[in-house]
Amino acid sequence: MANEKTKASEEQLAYAKVLNRGMWFGLALLVITFFVYISGVLPTYVPINDLPKYWTMRVHDFNVALNAPTGWHWTALVGKGDYLNFVGIAILSGLTILCYLVILPILARKKDTAYVVIAIVEVLVLALAASGLLKVGGH
Amino acid sequence: MLHRYSSVITLVLIMVTALFMPQVSFAADAVPAAMAPAEGDHVESHGAPAAPVSTTPWWIWPLSLFIVTFILGILAVLGGVGGGVLYVPIIGGFFPFNIDFVRGAGLLVALAGALAAGPGLLKRNLASLRLALPVALIASAAAIVGAMIGLALKPNVVNTLLGATILFIVIIMATAKKSDFPIVPKPDNLSQSLGIMGIYREESLGKDVEWTVHKTLPGLLLFIVIGSMAGMFGLGAGWANVPVLNLLMGAPLKISVATSKFLLSITDTSAAWVYLNQGAVLPMIVVPSLVGIMLGSIVGVKILAKAKPKAIKWMVIGLLLFAGLRSLLKGLGIWP
Repeated sequence: MANEKTKASEEQLAYAKVLNRGMWFGLALLVITFFVYISGVLPTYVPINDLPKYWTMRVHDFNVALNAPTGWHWTALVGKGDYLNFVGIAILSGLTILCYLVILPILARKKDTAYVVIAIVEVLVLALAASGLLKVGGH
Repeated sequence: MLHRYSSVITLVLIMVTALFMPQVSFAADAVPAAMAPAEGDHVESHGAPAAPVSTTPWWIWPLSLFIVTFILGILAVLGGVGGGVLYVPIIGGFFPFNIDFVRGAGLLVALAGALAAGPGLLKRNLASLRLALPVALIASAAAIVGAMIGLALKPNVVNTLLGATILFIVIIMATAKKSDFPIVPKPDNLSQSLGIMGIYREESLGKDVEWTVHKTLPGLLLFIVIGSMAGMFGLGAGWANVPVLNLLMGAPLKISVATSKFLLSITDTSAAWVYLNQGAVLPMIVVPSLVGIMLGSIVGVKILAKAKPKAIKWMVIGLLLFAGLRSLLKGLGIWP
């Protein structure tokens, strides 16, 4: 049993709480949207039967051949069964940023300056990765 | 006895699946690399490209992925490795998907496993936020760079490097020692100034264990390499995180394993965004894999209590050796 000494810190518990809720929400959404996708309820951007012709390609060639969206342009296609799945994927991928934002005020209140700085820089790093501003050259 | 046989059967099943896959795969390499870009927002309206048509129904692939990743999920838990390190070489080596999409899926598989395990580990104070945050900052920034380099490299180069990395991991797994409670004579200045220390309840001993770390700077520097490799190959990096946290920095084994698992949720997030933004994420590959490996992990945890860890560890090492060689030979064009 955990006693006061071995108990997790306030920020650690706050992080865990958000992570837990967000993970289950994102995962459930991902599974539901996948069944919507394969059931054919919604039209798909890439017909499922044609997908095997494309998934052997490098991603750059895939994007060119299908005029597939990069960055956040997929949001314009959430009405398509395949891109609807990206909502759950983006939630799971973005969850860590939210967790950091939740613990930032706690760290600031505790005047834990070093970890406030670390958390802010981490949020900026993850936001940069998520922004779509980083481009990988073609092949 | 039964468990020993079931392990062997599982391994044989994977091997057979692996050997079977190239025979039924699509004429992948025959697909023209450059096709006319589709215009508009719906591919259907432009017709499919004139590629060789496979007679294999599309649903075979997500179903196969689900079965294989379910088995991998069991093995990952029993072998004490993350799902990503098994996923990328095996799926990349034996399924028809381009390695770009496999790495994107591998990161999300590792990420999902870490997200699922993270809350419990944090609440039980086994994963340490104070240890993870500085390490994660270094590793996640490096993972972005690694992901960008990885996506710019040619597939044969990626496969060759991946194969070499997996073989290196095999050596680490086969030879590395672990220390339950490493001796830290004196915490260094950096760890002291960051307050990297903690107390956790060691149930096996029935007592509270205080811990701290040393050699923080070299440890952090090593995470540049670890993060880069995680991003480049789409691997979770538990295989490297644990030895650095445990053997170099001196964190207790349980803290190292738990913090490493939690760490992946941050490191893999940054790399996953790069793959996602480049379009290297296909739900048809990601979702069956993710669900398969998570369900397999749940079953694996139940089997763990009765399984023989040592035998399974060597089975996982054998599987990784096989997958690493496959990747290396594929990259070198010897076993296309």
